[in-house]
Amino acid sequence: MVQITNLEEILSAHPFTAGMDHDALETIVGCCSNAVYHPGDYIFREGDPADDFYLIRQGVVALEIHVPQGQPIVVETLETGEIFGWSWLIPPYRWSNDARASEQVRLLKLDAACLRRKMESDRNLGYEIYKRFLPIMARRLANNRMRIVELALEPRPTHSRRKG
Amino acid sequence: MEGLERILGEHRLFTGLGPSFLTLASGCAKNVVFKAGDYLFRADDAADWIYLIRYGRVALEMALPGREAVQFETPGEGEIVGLTWLLPPYLWGYDARATELTRTIALDARCLRDKCDADHDLGFEILKRFLPVLEHGLQATWLQMLDVYGQPG
Amino acid sequence: MMTTTTADPMVPVPYRIARVIREIDGVFTWHLKSLDGSAFRFRPGQFNMVYHFGVGEIPVSVSGDCRDLDTLVHTIREVGPVTNAMATLRPGDVVGIRGPFGRPWPIDEVTGFDLIFVTSTIGLAPLRPLIYEVLHRRSDFGKVVICYGTRGTDDIMFEADLHRWRARFDTVVHLTVHSAPSGYRGRVGGVASAIRTARVDWPSTQAFVCRSEALTRQAVDTLGGLGVTPDRVWVTLERNMQCGIGLCGHCQLGPTFMCKDGPVYRFDQIEPLYAVREF
Repeated sequence: MVQITNLEEILSAHPFTAGMDHDALETIVGCCSNAVYHPGDYIFREGDPADDFYLIRQGVVALEIHVPQGQPIVVETLETGEIFGWSWLIPPYRWSNDARASEQVRLLKLDAACLRRKMESDRNLGYEIYKRFLPIMARRLANNRMRIVELALEPRPTHSRRKG
Repeated sequence: MEGLERILGEHRLFTGLGPSFLTLASGCAKNVVFKAGDYLFRADDAADWIYLIRYGRVALEMALPGREAVQFETPGEGEIVGLTWLLPPYLWGYDARATELTRTIALDARCLRDKCDADHDLGFEILKRFLPVLEHGLQATWLQMLDVYGQPG
Repeated sequence: MMTTTTADPMVPVPYRIARVIREIDGVFTWHLKSLDGSAFRFRPGQFNMVYHFGVGEIPVSVSGDCRDLDTLVHTIREVGPVTNAMATLRPGDVVGIRGPFGRPWPIDEVTGFDLIFVTSTIGLAPLRPLIYEVLHRRSDFGKVVICYGTRGTDDIMFEADLHRWRARFDTVVHLTVHSAPSGYRGRVGGVASAIRTARVDWPSTQAFVCRSEALTRQAVDTLGGLGVTPDRVWVTLERNMQCGIGLCGHCQLGPTFMCKDGPVYRFDQIEPLYAVREF
């Protein structure tokens, strides 16, 4: 089946699966499909069912947060070679942010229900996936903390002239 | 050891973890108490421990030259300090200081990593439990960036 | 090291404000011309003591092109009484200039290397002369990457320059903001993540960092993790400079005087002094 072989090659080329053994790749490729989004397209919205896990083959994706008043705000952009979407692994499996394509974006989508099922029934695969996932999220958390410190130390925009 | 196992099982992080896994995990655990002002760890130290806070409060802060440290989080009862155990090269990027008397269960990260690598069923259950903690941390820090330091014009 | 345009380094030379540019909120740039038409010579990284007569003086890095001898450019942020008063001056007003002072950025010493510039918000001002000079002599260097981070899209400085640099096929600009309105198409994140996306040969890279002291450490650590050792990281520090010539002692950093031995330092040379709290 030409289609699946192609996908397996593409999947194995993505940094997320680097070093993954052939059997594991073969198992998850069954959950895999291609997707393309145009600039401005929503890939998912806050509250939607978290049905997929995404690997960015090419392009830039913006994660946006809803705030009580006003428009959503972009808090992070992710690029070629990165991944996004983790709510698919955390009950109740609903997205907590919006994801939008900033540029033309080519993604690999892994169907969440399919992947969860395979991870539950094959704990080795499950552990393998978690082991790749968690350091990425931990790195993002560490970055965010650094950004908070940066923001605390950067001069704030002066909306009125400072006296004294 | 049994007391420790029970306490571990009662912590939010390990809710529902089966008894055999709990036993395995508690083999890496010990009670550690910090007095107010004690440092749990400092930046650039090896991130060899995960601290589950049973009681008390810890300030996470970046020490900076020429000025006061910038505090970015103050985890308390039921919360976790030490997600860096998941992040190679496993070095603390910040200081953690007890702001009051704080009782923790400290999990030896290397011990836990080794046990998870040796038993993938255990590894699956343990790592699975850290995911919501990370997710919560990400959402909280994004909001912190916006709420505290101003939204874009 | 000091080159002076006047016999006495303690006497300010009068300059006329030819142009005032409002940059981001609370920041303005002056284009200055000497009253007697004499050229102003400086090297990127140096600073002047700038006088608002009757009000006070402050040290300010030169932020223009060192090959433009007719115009002296200074970018100033309103942070106190002297700079607030300076912000009210108009073209035609006269200010005093003493300088240039200080150790400049290395240029000849870093030929052949890939170069990475790391800065945020107003930090682009002291780096701009260096970037201009590097681009004047582009073929002397390997890859050139500019990593520039701001709080939001409102605090991006020198957008025309950034646009021009971006348009060059031999220069890469990584601009990030911490947050942006929905639909923003650029990169959002911290400066550290911008650094990590730079495609340079890290072991052969020289880094130039212009950030507040506390964030300089952060940048040095990020670069160190990528393989840029502290002997290839150049920083600019600025504190309490008053005389500009190493006499008054206000800018002392350990055994060095920032006005004379700095403000540009190679990081490994000041690393042991860096952590000292009471400057």
